Amino acid sequence: MQFKSMVLSNVEVSPSYFRMRMTAPPTIGSSCPGQFVMVKVNPAIDPLLRRPFGVFDLGTFETEFTDCGRQTYLEILYKVVGKGTAMLSTLHHGDHLDILGPLGKGFTPGDPAGEKLLVGGGVGLAPLYYLAKELVRESRVHLFAGGRNKEDILCITEFDRLGVETYVATDDGTLGAQGLVTEVLEQHLSRAGANATIYACGPTPMLKAVAFLAEKYGIACQVSLEGYMACGVGACLGCVVQGKDHSETTPDYRCVCKDGPVFDQADLLWS
Amino acid sequence: MTHPNLSVDIAGIKLRNPVMTASGTFGYGSEFAPYLDLEKIGAIITKGLSIKPKAGNPTPRIVETPGGMLNAIGLQNVGIDTFIGEKVPYLRKISTPVIVNLYGNSLEEYGELASRLDGIAEVAGIEVNISCPNVKQGGIVFGTDPKAAFEVVDLVRKNTGKPMIVKLSPNVTDVVVMAKSCVDAGADALSLINTLTGMAIDLKSRRPILANITGGLSGPAIKPVALRMVWQVARAVTVPVIGIGGIMTAVDALEFILAGATAVQIGTANFLDPSAAETIAAGIETYLVENGIADIRELIGALKTDR
Ligand SMILES: Cc1cc2nc3c(=O)[nH]c(=O)nc-3n(C[C@H](O)[C@H](O)[C@H](O)COP(=O)(O)OP(=O)(O)OC[C@H]3O[C@@H](n4cnc5c(N)ncnc54)[C@H](O)[C@@H]3O)c2cc1C
Ligand SMILES: Cc1cc2nc3c(=O)[nH]c(=O)nc-3n(C[C@H](O)[C@H](O)[C@H](O)COP(=O)(O)O)c2cc1C
Ligand code: FES
Repeated sequence: MQFKSMVLSNVEVSPSYFRMRMTAPPTIGSSCPGQFVMVKVNPAIDPLLRRPFGVFDLGTFETEFTDCGRQTYLEILYKVVGKGTAMLSTLHHGDHLDILGPLGKGFTPGDPAGEKLLVGGGVGLAPLYYLAKELVRESRVHLFAGGRNKEDILCITEFDRLGVETYVATDDGTLGAQGLVTEVLEQHLSRAGANATIYACGPTPMLKAVAFLAEKYGIACQVSLEGYMACGVGACLGCVVQGKDHSETTPDYRCVCKDGPVFDQADLLWS
Repeated sequence: MTHPNLSVDIAGIKLRNPVMTASGTFGYGSEFAPYLDLEKIGAIITKGLSIKPKAGNPTPRIVETPGGMLNAIGLQNVGIDTFIGEKVPYLRKISTPVIVNLYGNSLEEYGELASRLDGIAEVAGIEVNISCPNVKQGGIVFGTDPKAAFEVVDLVRKNTGKPMIVKLSPNVTDVVVMAKSCVDAGADALSLINTLTGMAIDLKSRRPILANITGGLSGPAIKPVALRMVWQVARAVTVPVIGIGGIMTAVDALEFILAGATAVQIGTANFLDPSAAETIAAGIETYLVENGIADIRELIGALKTDR
């Protein structure tokens, strides 16, 4: 789906992290956690390509016009890293955006009886909030959030409010335990039940460590990956990652945009 | 005014309008079906096809540059067997002509691909890629040496009765020499341009951004080069020329048509706006209506260069 959207709000929630709420057609409600949208940050040719962002939250709000009734909104949580995200951060209520989405394959909820372990690094928390909202209805949800310092730990109070039990780790110890989030996760894994599921999103080294732990403890694990995307629909083959059977003679490349961004950890080649 | 005539003929392939999608930017057609009406565009050109499935290059394969992008996909594709088994059945459902872009790692592979595709009714024509900058063997070798180009086009000609378009590289000193060589060898039409070889560097790591070091530049940044080459070639040959390079709008497309292109291909624009090809075709029609032009063919090569 391609749609025009109006920015409702765009607020800095932590230094260089923004949360943007925008209007969306009601059909966006059928998207599942882990899916993403491609945003054209301005109509000009610079920057040329759309930028991918995970769906952070969806909901409805009462419009000021009584004849419009309830409207659907979409939220993204993003970090300013370069030109495109810097431009996004300057937008205000009333500005317009062109959006493609929801795209890709999201998280699979799995057995509600099992414990749900969400692992997020930095802005990797973005798609996990929408996931947590869905999962808390039926399951026990734990969140393991990691970052360099306390400013990288985003929207923890929102997760708290959902009833998610949160564990925080920062490299410098400014919030939560000092160290890697995977260390905190491992302490928990040794006690977790066999039908627990891990859902992880964050920098690749973190995902690799999480995948390794999942193997070690025999726990199902879904990871949300990033890829450099041009089209977002599986046409350009720019965003690929190596699948588990990949070799030069038997290519097994998967598109992050179409076959993912969420993959079963066991389906990937972690070199 | 009644509807103007937008249809054009490329070597016997009848297009309802002159807007095609460029190889490698539109997958195998189905990827974009949710975003535009495939029946409203002139033709679909599929991702470059080889005999065996090809893995392509390591990542990163893409990087954005001012007004353009560099890609080093490395012609990843499913190979001809999977193409025939899994992609052709979908293409059968649409009436829009489908042209298959192909490339070989050797002369023989070009010949074999052409002959295997010759028997497939769903394939309206072939586009021979002798211009990919991202593969070590084949591709660019054939595309930069007029003698090698003659040989490969001649061999493909002997292996196919289908309309044959040859896609030229801009990475040459004289594109007209290349164009003439391909026409002499039997090309029914020429398409140009493929991407321009470029590179991008990350200052922080002091390394090239693309794993392949260099990549092919596409998008608005290359339009002036493409326009010039289309103009030069269209004046020098009698076969139809298809213009490609940075076409984002109907205005861009019309400029190529004035420069001598019978049709155009939309590449990078599909990534920014998956309905771009349909929008551009509609925009061309609007231009004709507003300017009282009854037939698109009145504009082909109608550029005035006198002062
Ligand atoms: C499926 C998916 C979901 C994403 N979800 C979110 C999200 O919810 N919140 C968020 O803040 N970010 C998310 N990202 C990353 C986000 O797309 C990039 O940070 C953004 O495109 C950078 O744009 P820019 O113009 O600011 O940076 P640029 O100027 O283009 O580049 C600045 C830096 O960012 C890196 N970068 C550029 N594009 C990407 C990319 N696609 N993935 C990773 N790094 C990139 C570049 O290598 C460079 O180092 C997601 C990426 C993907 C693929
Ligand atoms: C990601 C990507 C993949 C491409 N793959 C092919 C290909 O397989 N075969 C080919 O002949 N050209 C390929 N091209 C070149 C395009 O068909 C086109 O010639 C070029 O992008 C210039 O047009 P544009 O500026 O409109 O994109 C590719 C281009 C891009 C951006
Ligand atoms: S972004 Fe184009 S194939 Fe994934």
